[in-house]
Amino acid sequence: MLMRNLAAKIALTPMMIIVAVVYVGCILWTFRTSFTSSRVLPTYDFVGWDQYAALFRSTRWIVSLENMFIFGAAYILGCLIVGYLMAIFIDQRVRGENTLRTIYLYPHAMSFIVTGLIWQWMLNPTLGLQDFVRNLGWESFSFNWIVDRDLAIFTVAIAGIWHGSGFVMALLLAGLRGIDAEIWKVSKIDGIPAWRMYIQVILPILLPMVLTCVFLLSAQAVKSFDIVVAMTNGGPGIATEVPAKYVMDYLFERSNIGRATAAATVMLVMVISIAAPLLYLRSFRKERQSGAGK
Amino acid sequence: MNRATASADAFPVRVRRRKPLITPARLGLYAFLVSAALFFALPLFIMVITSLKTMDEIRTGTIFTLPMAFNLDPWIKAWDAACTGITCEGIKVGFWNSIRILIPSVALSVTLGALNGYALSFWKFRGANIAFALLMTGAFVPHQVYVFPMVQISAALGIFGTLHGIVLVHVIFGLPVMTLIFRNYYAGIPEEIFKAARVDGAGFWRIFLTIMLPMSTPIMIVAVIWQVTGIWNDFLFGLIFAGRDNLPMTVQLNNIVNSQFGEREYNVNMAATILTALVPLFVYFVSGKWFVRGIASGAVKG
Repeated sequence: MLMRNLAAKIALTPMMIIVAVVYVGCILWTFRTSFTSSRVLPTYDFVGWDQYAALFRSTRWIVSLENMFIFGAAYILGCLIVGYLMAIFIDQRVRGENTLRTIYLYPHAMSFIVTGLIWQWMLNPTLGLQDFVRNLGWESFSFNWIVDRDLAIFTVAIAGIWHGSGFVMALLLAGLRGIDAEIWKVSKIDGIPAWRMYIQVILPILLPMVLTCVFLLSAQAVKSFDIVVAMTNGGPGIATEVPAKYVMDYLFERSNIGRATAAATVMLVMVISIAAPLLYLRSFRKERQSGAGK
Repeated sequence: MNRATASADAFPVRVRRRKPLITPARLGLYAFLVSAALFFALPLFIMVITSLKTMDEIRTGTIFTLPMAFNLDPWIKAWDAACTGITCEGIKVGFWNSIRILIPSVALSVTLGALNGYALSFWKFRGANIAFALLMTGAFVPHQVYVFPMVQISAALGIFGTLHGIVLVHVIFGLPVMTLIFRNYYAGIPEEIFKAARVDGAGFWRIFLTIMLPMSTPIMIVAVIWQVTGIWNDFLFGLIFAGRDNLPMTVQLNNIVNSQFGEREYNVNMAATILTALVPLFVYFVSGKWFVRGIASGAVKG
């Protein structure tokens, strides 16, 4: 038995090393470092929860967390609603389906840096959309969210939705195409309007796919960094700071390794608390389905 | 389920019925579809026209004003002379850096992913699945969690801030998704093919090289597209691990646009932005449904 698998074990050695060193080791290392007083250079003393206490006393961290939740909620809801609507409407045997799909999805091929820079230009208060509408004659028109402390984070969400909706559309459209057409005949006989079908019948059928989207989009929302750096760089002031950027700034610019690793650990905990219920829900559904099949 | 995502068409076409007539509902439908298309397409259109204008035109007109002449100067400046911090050699430096990072990273991570996927699907042994499950956590744990230890490790190896360092990081963090999509693909290949080859006396490497790899063309394409766009679009790792001499195009682009002194040259910025987006856009428009398949197979976890 040992010989039989020897070649396979050799082939998997790089993966095993990477898993042990990076995917387990580095997480534990970060976790351990978050309990030290490390600043420019790592030290391995033990200061208990000090770094976490300092972290949650920091206004910038609290603002970052709030922004992550606001951005995340707007981004996920926006992508789901726009993506699902586009999938439904494209699924009505429309002309030019291929062209439309190509247009809806292309932003997803581009980087968040490019996405952020495009929208930074579009929303430029003196030369962008606001200026365009004012030139049309609506002199009092105002759309300067990107320089507004309270609303700037929503401009980042708009850019995120522009980037991610096509992705949701692609997944849900594939799901819609997989639904048995019989269901529509039944609904016609019962006289149920299409919009109610899409909310009350089709959406529950697509739920596993919707959950996959929610999972991937929320993981994206937690680690959002590039899009903020490109679009607002955290500004105006600290109005669009996010946790991922906090970690980077404390690690490299402020040379506070202890604080940065504490912040990274909190990010990890947040991702786990999003992932765990979704994964549980999915395995629960799978069990129920396989149980019903018996 | 696994097999369906890897081999079936991404968008099976619904059986055609009678074409519907033009009704108010149909008009509303098209109105929605067209306005959505405008929302997605207009930013790219505005970028292109902005990049062709002179700064005078940008100041006096609006973002929708078409350029008076086909002015390529901003493009030439963006490519050849735009300033990224201290040096003013244009975005071309970043372009070539990205190419130098991209080629070895994609080749290594796809090869390793195929090998892992094959070994995990056909040569099951105790511990392999636990390792795979742990590897999958890497697909959604925020990369910020790994950054500090990875900096320490690559510094200890003497490759921090070098081409080797950034390639290693891309291979490591590309591994979860690469392993996943190859494992799912090989899980859909009938076990009998593998068993027959075993009976004929073929070993691990021979089965991989002469049977499995030749059958892997579709998933190879998906994997290469995934990695090319992913690595080209990376910003975080390039910023940290590539070092000053190897900064990829996304980092250079951000430096050009966001650390400009004096008057901002929006036309040059937009030209540089389009140049940076060209490689993934080219991949997207050429590969078409393959790109969608990649999204689907990457989205189906486990």
